[in-house]
Amino acid sequence: MTMPFYSSVDQLLRDRSELARKGISRGRSVVVLTYTGGVLFVAENRSKALHKVSEIYDRIGFAAVGRYNEFDNLRTGGIRMADVRGYSYDRRDVSGQMLAKAYAQALGTAFVEQQKPYEVELCVAEVGVTADGDQLYRITYDGSITDEPQFVVMGGTTEPISTKLKDTYQPGLDLAAAIGIAVEGLEAAATPGGNAGNGGAPASRVLGVSALEVAVLDRSRPRRTFRRILGPALRDLLPEENRAVDDPAPSAEPVGGDDTAAGSAATES
Amino acid sequence: MERHALTMPFSESRPPTGLDAYLAPGPSSFTDFVTANAPHLLPGRVPEGLAPHAGAALDVPHGTTIVALVFDEGVVIAGDRRATSGNVIAQRDIEKIFITDGYSAVGIAGSAGIAIQMVRLFTVDLEHYEKTEGVPLSLDGKSNKLAGMVAQNLGAAMQGFVVVPLFVGYDTEAEPSKAGRIVTYDATGGRYDEWLGYHSVGSGSVFAKSSLKKIHRTDADLATTVRNAIEALYDAADDDSATGGPDLTRRIYPVVVSITGADGAVRRSEEEIEAVVRDVVARRTEHPDGG
Repeated sequence: MTMPFYSSVDQLLRDRSELARKGISRGRSVVVLTYTGGVLFVAENRSKALHKVSEIYDRIGFAAVGRYNEFDNLRTGGIRMADVRGYSYDRRDVSGQMLAKAYAQALGTAFVEQQKPYEVELCVAEVGVTADGDQLYRITYDGSITDEPQFVVMGGTTEPISTKLKDTYQPGLDLAAAIGIAVEGLEAAATPGGNAGNGGAPASRVLGVSALEVAVLDRSRPRRTFRRILGPALRDLLPEENRAVDDPAPSAEPVGGDDTAAGSAATES
Repeated sequence: MERHALTMPFSESRPPTGLDAYLAPGPSSFTDFVTANAPHLLPGRVPEGLAPHAGAALDVPHGTTIVALVFDEGVVIAGDRRATSGNVIAQRDIEKIFITDGYSAVGIAGSAGIAIQMVRLFTVDLEHYEKTEGVPLSLDGKSNKLAGMVAQNLGAAMQGFVVVPLFVGYDTEAEPSKAGRIVTYDATGGRYDEWLGYHSVGSGSVFAKSSLKKIHRTDADLATTVRNAIEALYDAADDDSATGGPDLTRRIYPVVVSITGADGAVRRSEEEIEAVVRDVVARRTEHPDGG
């Protein structure tokens, strides 16, 4: 490959967008949505250790897709920023909006100034005292930030998931119903790199407890609202047909972290 | 261009601003991060070149008596509500017991201002570790961290701002009968496990300990242990002028926190403590020396 001496800014940014999009689109998806009790995160993730969803502060949660090392670094930076601010002022002075803007700033700057943009997409969610106060911010690889009132879908094949959720989502869902539609949405996406591409219809998937990472920002909790929902507690909240499923991952595949093999982002076309 | 081109040089007087400053690889410890990037936020910094014990002239409030008791399901910590400054009662309703995370709590005696800042930093540090690493620190990890903070305060301690924390926790990895733990410190950061099942720090600690020695058993249940803690604080207040007794007229009672495997760290309710205090006072009205 030859490197041109000059390329237009337009071309440069387009190339970077393409790189970032490609990196993000290989991953499994994450759905974030609001329900009556707060904010729900549902990720398709078999790993028990490498999380896609995590706690930032008392009322703030974080979800991400894309390159694991990049979003994990952003997550740690966010926790540091929130903790320093909360420690030097007061815990109430840490807001999701402040954090979302800081992420947008960091991603936006990296997009135009660095060799390589971040290959990540983030969601910063904040649970309010009432449902009106709930906020979901989506921050994309180029630093674009949007405030989404109901749900955020990020990751590989988002189109079928968003379409599904547009039909099924309604305000005022309880926790089990919210988990139900989120899981249904994730099931609508074909397995990344799976059998969808070879002409046949994608095999319908049923996601069980071991394939899901679920957490909530629970409005009713006093201080730290973030709580993971694991094992039997999660099973009880899943739709009927998902409860029985507990398929172990095919042993050769990595179960979490980066959803694609090392180095593939740079070489695959 | 390099990623760090935008990283601003840190000045001593303000915390870092943009997110970039927080993205550089660094320690899991919040205290270490603050020490490197915003040291003005740390507690206990004293101006250099002061004469020893120059702090005594400031007359800052001091916290007094804390007791901790191990029982069959975990551990209980309790403290009186008085802060003194010389012969004056600086505050009647100060709180000197702090829940620092789901399974630990700290009581403070000594220079109240620095001690409260230290516990605040310690609490953020535990939570910070838990969030970044995804798992909480072990009980010994927590108590060693606190030892480091007390050691950092040695300079201030030599000026008279001594902080003596009393750490209690429930070790979720130990068997339940041995899970309740008490750790004490000295001003140099020395850290001591108390395996005998009870301890006390502060000006009234001699009297509180004598009391606990006679009445406390580590196989007691929660209700008995809470009562023993209140009895010990009563005895401390009885003989130490700096320790506050239960204030029935203003309804100011000791702060009591229990830590068990099932419920974690819980501050016992005002109603529960009031009932125990009233009962103890009624008994003492008949038998002033207890027993």
